[in-house]
Amino acid sequence: MIASLFKFDWRDFAARNVIFLVLLAVVAANAALTPNFATLRNVEITLIQIVFVALVGAGMTLVIALGGIDLSVGAVMGLVSVAVVHLLPYGFGVVLPVCLLIGFAIGLCNGLLVTLASVIWVRGLAQVISGGRKEYFQDPTLQFIGLGRVAGLPLQVVVTVVIVAIAAFVARRSLFGRRLAAIGGNRSAARLAGLPIAATTIAAYAACSTLAALAGVFVTARVGSSDPTNFGVLIELDAIAAAVVGGTALAGGRANVVGTVVGALMLQLVTAAMIMNNISFQYSLIAKAAIILLAVYLQGRRRT
Amino acid sequence: MSVDAPRRMTAPSGDFVRRAGVAAALIVVLAIGAWRSPDFLALENVLNVFRQNAVLALIAVGMTMVIIAGGIDLSVGSVMTLCSVVAVKLAPYGFAPAALGALLVGAAIGFGNGLIIAKLRIAPFIATLASLLALRGVTIAAFGEETVPLNMGRAAFTLFGRAVWLGVPVQVPIVVVVAAIAMFVLGHTRFGRSIYAVGGNEDSARMLGLRVERIKIAVYTISGALSGLAGVLFAARVAAGITNYGLGLELDAITAVALGGTLLAGGVGGVTGTLAGVALIGFLFNIFNLDATLSPFLQKVVRGLLLTLVVVIQSSLNTRRR
Repeated sequence: MIASLFKFDWRDFAARNVIFLVLLAVVAANAALTPNFATLRNVEITLIQIVFVALVGAGMTLVIALGGIDLSVGAVMGLVSVAVVHLLPYGFGVVLPVCLLIGFAIGLCNGLLVTLASVIWVRGLAQVISGGRKEYFQDPTLQFIGLGRVAGLPLQVVVTVVIVAIAAFVARRSLFGRRLAAIGGNRSAARLAGLPIAATTIAAYAACSTLAALAGVFVTARVGSSDPTNFGVLIELDAIAAAVVGGTALAGGRANVVGTVVGALMLQLVTAAMIMNNISFQYSLIAKAAIILLAVYLQGRRRT
Repeated sequence: MSVDAPRRMTAPSGDFVRRAGVAAALIVVLAIGAWRSPDFLALENVLNVFRQNAVLALIAVGMTMVIIAGGIDLSVGSVMTLCSVVAVKLAPYGFAPAALGALLVGAAIGFGNGLIIAKLRIAPFIATLASLLALRGVTIAAFGEETVPLNMGRAAFTLFGRAVWLGVPVQVPIVVVVAAIAMFVLGHTRFGRSIYAVGGNEDSARMLGLRVERIKIAVYTISGALSGLAGVLFAARVAAGITNYGLGLELDAITAVALGGTLLAGGVGGVTGTLAGVALIGFLFNIFNLDATLSPFLQKVVRGLLLTLVVVIQSSLNTRRR
């Protein structure tokens, strides 16, 4: 571990970045076989589609690196979507900070307690507040957040790229990131080394949940309504799958945020390619499952 | 933790509190229910709660064994759904072939999960997550995204689903028999005790000469088979197979198991607590169902907070014991 900090290991580098090669292969195969695949419009659609999984996945990667898992991200998205609608009368200046704060607060609870319990009560709370209904709204700011463009690029994609870059930097270079990996790699050693385990754990869950809250704001803005019941359902599984496929070991000890986003991109491309080739959606579920198993199997072999 | 220690006899105080905790919570819920609604404790209502939660109970019994063995099975909802449709499709050949077919399909899937986990060494969370996704795909690919109504062979199935023996719906004795067998196996057989050993400390279990891989495969097979059986009960109760049903059932089952005092880390727990956990979830839901003044969604908030409470108490007991 320490030696690898000083010496560049080609084989390790290749093994770590195998996901990029796989992505390249998927893109190349599709460009050759799928009609209308290699168009700018399709690239843009794909990027827009992975925004939510990328945001949630970036946070999830931090939690997984710690050796944990956050199941409540989808429920947070549902609750935040309700909060967006109910806070809208006070203006967007209130909506965004309060929504992020909600995510942050739930993350604090998760760090202390259990994400499984949060799944239940957070989604329950969202349904209680909204009566279980979708609530529609019209607001120019939210419409801009949902569909707007910055310098010709979709706003949500730009924000996601910036946030993923920050998360990747934090995981790789910051003290917090090193602590995450150390605690996830060997908890008792980290404790003996005097690392602040509780604080780091809480911070990781808070970051994950805050990013889920941002994804909740984004999805609400894009759809133009809240949905306490359906927003974010199963996104935790997509995020975990993306992280694992992207090279973050589920056992903890390694965070590869960029890998997670590339993993999300690849899984989305496989789904999209199957749909574009008139293969129905359900087969893409089977393909996704096979990819996840294969990725984890290969990871496990590499370690032993 | 050693295999021989008969946990039943020399239960440490933590175990007692854990068991007492879910019992106390259940009593409180029953008392609140009786206070909110006069019909709550009526026999008809109680039996109805049992009937409605039989599917969850069967799945949760299997989940208990998996969790005690240190694993987790996220695929139960998908297995249950697939098997309910299989049962409906096999119904024209008679009730017994339909039920047996569904059971076998469930067991085969569980066996597959076990193989992937034990032989390919893939984390249970990921392996069963993959089969959750894949089985949903398989179910919809094979049967379409819709309700598959029970047409031919309907009589036998609905007779079974609504059958009442001595005033008790047929689901109740089925759950009781399955739970009793599971209790006996866990508490009094070599296989059962080795499940605890594997969940308590896999490396020690292996050094003791236990066949860890086989035990794991067996446990997932049982979970799959019970999910299959749950599918049969579901199909019989609603007289249909619903291909997009069963989402989130794994979370309900895990909640029941955790509420019942089985440690999610493995090695400690039992079926009795899980049944109490299922009853707790079932009656809680029922209270909100009967009382029109309460939002039905509030039930989830209460359940989540309850689970938080129980797990916090559990983990504090656990750290104290170490």
